[in-house]
Amino acid sequence: MHPLLTRNRFGPYLVAWIPLAVILAFLTTAGGTIRWVEAAAIVIPLCLLYAFICLSAWYTSKGAPIQPENTLRLFLGHITAAALVSALWVGLALALVYFLARMAAFHGLDQRFAPLTRIFFAAGFLLYLLAVASHYVILSLEASSEAEARVLETNIHARDAELKALKAQINPHFLFNSLNSISALTSIDPSRARDMCVLLGDFLRMTLGLGEKTLVRFSEELELLEKYLAIEKVRFGDRLRMQEDIQEESKACMLPPLLLQPLVENAVKHGIASLPEGGQVRLSAERQNGRLSILVENSWDPEAPPRRSGGRGLKNVQQRLEARYGNEASLHVSAEGELFQVSLFLPAESEEKA
Amino acid sequence: MSASQVKRWKALIVDDEELARHIIRELLQSHPEIEIAAECANGMEAVKAVGEHKPNLIFLDVQMPKLTGFDVLELIGTDVPVIFVTAYDQYAMRAFDVHAIDYLLKPIGRERFDAAVERAKNRLGEKLLAPTELAAAARPPQQFAERLVVKDGTKVTIIPVGKLDYAEAQDDYVALATQGKKHLKQQTIAGLEASLDPADFVRIHRSYIVNLERVARIEPYGKESRLAILADGTRLPVSRTGFARLKALLDERK
Repeated sequence: MHPLLTRNRFGPYLVAWIPLAVILAFLTTAGGTIRWVEAAAIVIPLCLLYAFICLSAWYTSKGAPIQPENTLRLFLGHITAAALVSALWVGLALALVYFLARMAAFHGLDQRFAPLTRIFFAAGFLLYLLAVASHYVILSLEASSEAEARVLETNIHARDAELKALKAQINPHFLFNSLNSISALTSIDPSRARDMCVLLGDFLRMTLGLGEKTLVRFSEELELLEKYLAIEKVRFGDRLRMQEDIQEESKACMLPPLLLQPLVENAVKHGIASLPEGGQVRLSAERQNGRLSILVENSWDPEAPPRRSGGRGLKNVQQRLEARYGNEASLHVSAEGELFQVSLFLPAESEEKA
Repeated sequence: MSASQVKRWKALIVDDEELARHIIRELLQSHPEIEIAAECANGMEAVKAVGEHKPNLIFLDVQMPKLTGFDVLELIGTDVPVIFVTAYDQYAMRAFDVHAIDYLLKPIGRERFDAAVERAKNRLGEKLLAPTELAAAARPPQQFAERLVVKDGTKVTIIPVGKLDYAEAQDDYVALATQGKKHLKQQTIAGLEASLDPADFVRIHRSYIVNLERVARIEPYGKESRLAILADGTRLPVSRTGFARLKALLDERK
């Protein structure tokens, strides 16, 4: 589709021809042999016609993009085209003048116009070249805005992919350890082994399911956390103690899925697993004044051996909060003595609004 | 054959998870020549049990509270064949592969278990590479030691690197000075130097590494050498090349 043949561009394009037509009319009358009325009768239909003819330059410009190695050939090609198109236009001008001269009001116009053919040919020639040049400008503007749009689109895709990757993170360590626990239970207590299989299956299914969504109800995330903790409880036994303190109103809030899972996983991995006697994971949440605050707290050993991937989970959560809420949400980490706390504050969104 | 002749091997199972220990116990049932001397739920217990039972095979979990499997290996030396056990630790796995050390992956399967046990039995008396080197190989790239472990008799001390004042080479050992006390550890000073973050620790002398934070001032001493005076008044010799390193690092910090 021609870029100028759209509703809001074609009008301005025709308006741009008005000064050109005026100049041409001025040139026509300059010799003193042609009156203004006669000049208008010639120039107006000719310019209107040429405005359309010049649009054809778009197809030749588009088909022959400027490249360093073909500049000369292109230049010559366009000049030839300009000469041909202009000759055609002058031919049409002569035909028009011939018919006008038939009328009494324009008597002898054809003879008086004859000396102006050269001026019209030169004007046609230059106007066509101007049209070619303008079309190249339009083409390059379009190409650059397209490139910009493409870069923007790629950025958006990259961020989407990143967010997806951040969500779908099933820790391999957790998975293999759970399988090992199941393997042990098969001979000690087969029915517990089966329960554990079901728990693990539920957990994996929920993780995959929640990861698909952009927002989930806090109660759904809680259910996932409970499954996760139940599995870890099998592994750690009495070493893992849990406490939940969730305000009822907070459960209906909506939040990005699997936002809390990595925090609770950290609490187990860096907290409970680092203590020979184990410790407590405490989860509390409250909705107040349009804000949702969530606290994940665990005991830990400040001098524990460093674990791999330290801090990655926290950073992910922070990035996801930022991507969704900007400055509206925050995450705080504090480690005092043997208590490790992560607190989240975010806007309390309910389902309707989301 | 009497019973004492049948049980020729004494094994130690070290894992902080009861269920994980259970699997190894169960898999060992088909190896009647191996007797389980003790089970340990953490590294501290393991170090103690090695002294008490003198086992000749150890199943050692990598990730445990207080002391990791690598810490335990550093503390007990490498006279005993060790089979490492881990769920998923790509750096440790690579280190094991590179150094041809036996390891088992959770969940543990019987075939691999039996093969590892057979190999370990043939390895008795064969020295592994230096445990500190193995620990360094298993560390993620660009990461330095955050703590040092030492054993005095049966007592294990964990020294966070921030609390290390300086280290001094003493034959096959290094003396780690921290909070007015010195702990001996079987390691070369070059090995220790490699495991410490070079932004915080400098080798100021053939026999000394110092924590940059502790250096109060430097005084000339004799013709060519200097002395580093630490915040607690300790005086350490600084060689010419050591001074150049120290100066470069201090300039960088400014």
